[in-house]
Amino acid sequence: MEQDQSTSGSNGNNGTNDSTTSSTASPASARRRRILQAGAAAIAGASTMGFPAIVRAQSDKIIIGHLTPRTGFLGPMGEYAVMSINLAVEEQNKAGGLLGRQLTLLSEDSVNPPTASSKAQRLLERDGAALLIGEISSASALGIAQVAQRNKKLFMNTGCNSDELRGKSCNKFMFHIEAANSTYVKACGQQLLQNGLIKGKKLYALTADYAFGHDLLRTAKVFVGANGGTIANDELVPTDATDFSPYLLKIRQAKPDLVISNLAGNQITNFIKQYSEFGLPFPIAGFGFDTVAAWGAGADNFAGTWPTTWHHDVDSPSSRAFVAAFIKKYGKPPENQAWGEYVGFRSVAQAIAETKSLDTMKLIEYFEKGAQIDILKGRKGVYRDWDHQLMQEMYTISPKPKGRAKDQWDFLQLGAAVPGPNAPLDSIAPTMQENACKFS
Amino acid sequence: MQIVFLLEQILNGLLVGGYYLLIALGLSLIFSLGGIVNLAHGAFYAIGAYLAVEITRYLGFTGAVFLSPLLVALLGILFERFLLRRFYSADPILGLLLTFGLSMVAEQLIRILWGASPLPASIPAAFKGQIMVGDFMYSRYRLLMLAIVIVALTLIWLLLNKTSFGRVVRAGVQKPDMVAVLGIRLQPYMTAIVMLGVGLAALAGVLFAPISGVQPAMGAEIMTAAFVVVVIGGLGSFWGVVLAAVLVGVVRGITIQFYAPAGEASMYLLMLLVLIFRPRGLLGERIERFE
Repeated sequence: MEQDQSTSGSNGNNGTNDSTTSSTASPASARRRRILQAGAAAIAGASTMGFPAIVRAQSDKIIIGHLTPRTGFLGPMGEYAVMSINLAVEEQNKAGGLLGRQLTLLSEDSVNPPTASSKAQRLLERDGAALLIGEISSASALGIAQVAQRNKKLFMNTGCNSDELRGKSCNKFMFHIEAANSTYVKACGQQLLQNGLIKGKKLYALTADYAFGHDLLRTAKVFVGANGGTIANDELVPTDATDFSPYLLKIRQAKPDLVISNLAGNQITNFIKQYSEFGLPFPIAGFGFDTVAAWGAGADNFAGTWPTTWHHDVDSPSSRAFVAAFIKKYGKPPENQAWGEYVGFRSVAQAIAETKSLDTMKLIEYFEKGAQIDILKGRKGVYRDWDHQLMQEMYTISPKPKGRAKDQWDFLQLGAAVPGPNAPLDSIAPTMQENACKFS
Repeated sequence: MQIVFLLEQILNGLLVGGYYLLIALGLSLIFSLGGIVNLAHGAFYAIGAYLAVEITRYLGFTGAVFLSPLLVALLGILFERFLLRRFYSADPILGLLLTFGLSMVAEQLIRILWGASPLPASIPAAFKGQIMVGDFMYSRYRLLMLAIVIVALTLIWLLLNKTSFGRVVRAGVQKPDMVAVLGIRLQPYMTAIVMLGVGLAALAGVLFAPISGVQPAMGAEIMTAAFVVVVIGGLGSFWGVVLAAVLVGVVRGITIQFYAPAGEASMYLLMLLVLIFRPRGLLGERIERFE
């Protein structure tokens, strides 16, 4: 699950809040702004300096480049991404590595789109990474994919949802483990349809006011409209909003049949907590979701129906093995972003082992020919040849009945896989008409 | 559009203003007396919230309300004694650099200690639910917060206006040299003011924890609004900060009622207008050494 940072500079890097605090014009604010700019320049400088190619000398090792935001409002997901990729590489090395060579993982904080691009470049051009895995922000992924294309290396997108990234901005060297926004909408939407919450109903949507939210709202409107419902009210919520009380009052005034969250990251946590605080009677659902945001809201407050790519209760042998290994190493269960990194790595590991090659074109060909991948779910996954999107099952999440939780991570009830066993996997994916992609 | 909706937003805005107030007041006090813009103030707010989550596990929410601000105030002694004190008479830019750096160090420390994921925290069971007054609805917990804010404000006002401690502090804000000539060392007063300021920030953290995400960047996020409130209210003015906090809450609520995307921007527009017509803020005093 992702949100991109392109239009929310305040969340980009660690605590700087630069674009917004500088406008407060406290007596020292002009100076403060200059300090912030100098700081930003220093950070940017440091990131391009890089380190001398120490690792390159170890040419017997295969280098895996990993990028993900560690700070800002995507930081919680990034933390799981890093834990998971470490586990995946460690397991592979214990099993003898790949092509008889050990793996070295280089994991970097991608911070924001410009930094993500320059770090991707460094990983590929100086450090000699064989391929890149990761990212949560669509805006950063766009830059990384361009660098990957220039260097003719693979980039496995593990957490960016924007449909545009798979459509207009698609790229032959980029593969998508994460599901598209429209897939999230369809997965959760089917459940809501079954519950009778869309057809002929009046919906109230709260949407994160930047690229990710807008993309999600657009796809949500298409789905709801096509299924006989109306989004009667939609409010754009700035990403730095922490108090939702004025919005909750408006929802109370509008008396909708269903409240939809197209919010992002910490916004979801705040919204769930305060919705519970205000005790409004309308059911809620989300079209975007991070398990970690629900965990942060806590069992007392969690409510509604939400979509997800994966949850640690998914019952398949490989899923159980992954969850057990993750808990053993980190003492807590993995969430959906951890799944993304793990499946991203397992995909390329399988491709390299099967093709006995690190040659990018051979790896792309392997995936495009429809290789079956174990993606820790009931059904295996396939990367679709024309847009490189992973065809996969999705799930819905709702609260467990009170008192059933075994621990602080166990209050989410996993729904049945969507689509059902008889429907094709691509029935919830964006179609070529909806989201055309042409590899150049 | 019914008038009652607008009224509802205005009343809610008054409540919301109370949250900004606790943080802004400490920020204003520390700046007025020490001349330092404490960019690390948000860090104390975040530490207050994290401590509250930990303390609540053992001593309940009531324990957290008292203990967390106290612990953070003690941390404030170290902060003042070993860091801030060296920068009172230095170029203000150095104080800014110090506290800005410190805020980043604190945020990363929180990330290392507690992880990047938000910690769950809930409203104490006794204060869950809503109270209906006619057609208006209030969350019981927010009314509790308001009561705590009012008590804290009253105590601070009494401290600053009715005690000899307060007299020295107020004199120190205006004429530190004169206070020195009279043979009074301002240093211990500064320590006390920093303790009070960061303790208030921590109290805000405790009160916010059950209704917003307890996560490492929470301190950085709240600082912007706190600065806006201080600037609108005017430096050195107790009632200026109170007025500004309430005004920001109300203006934000009304803006969201009519045009939600501008909700967070409304406070900056308000600040812009105030700065154009009253550069010293609504009730700002003239403090000679800052002119």
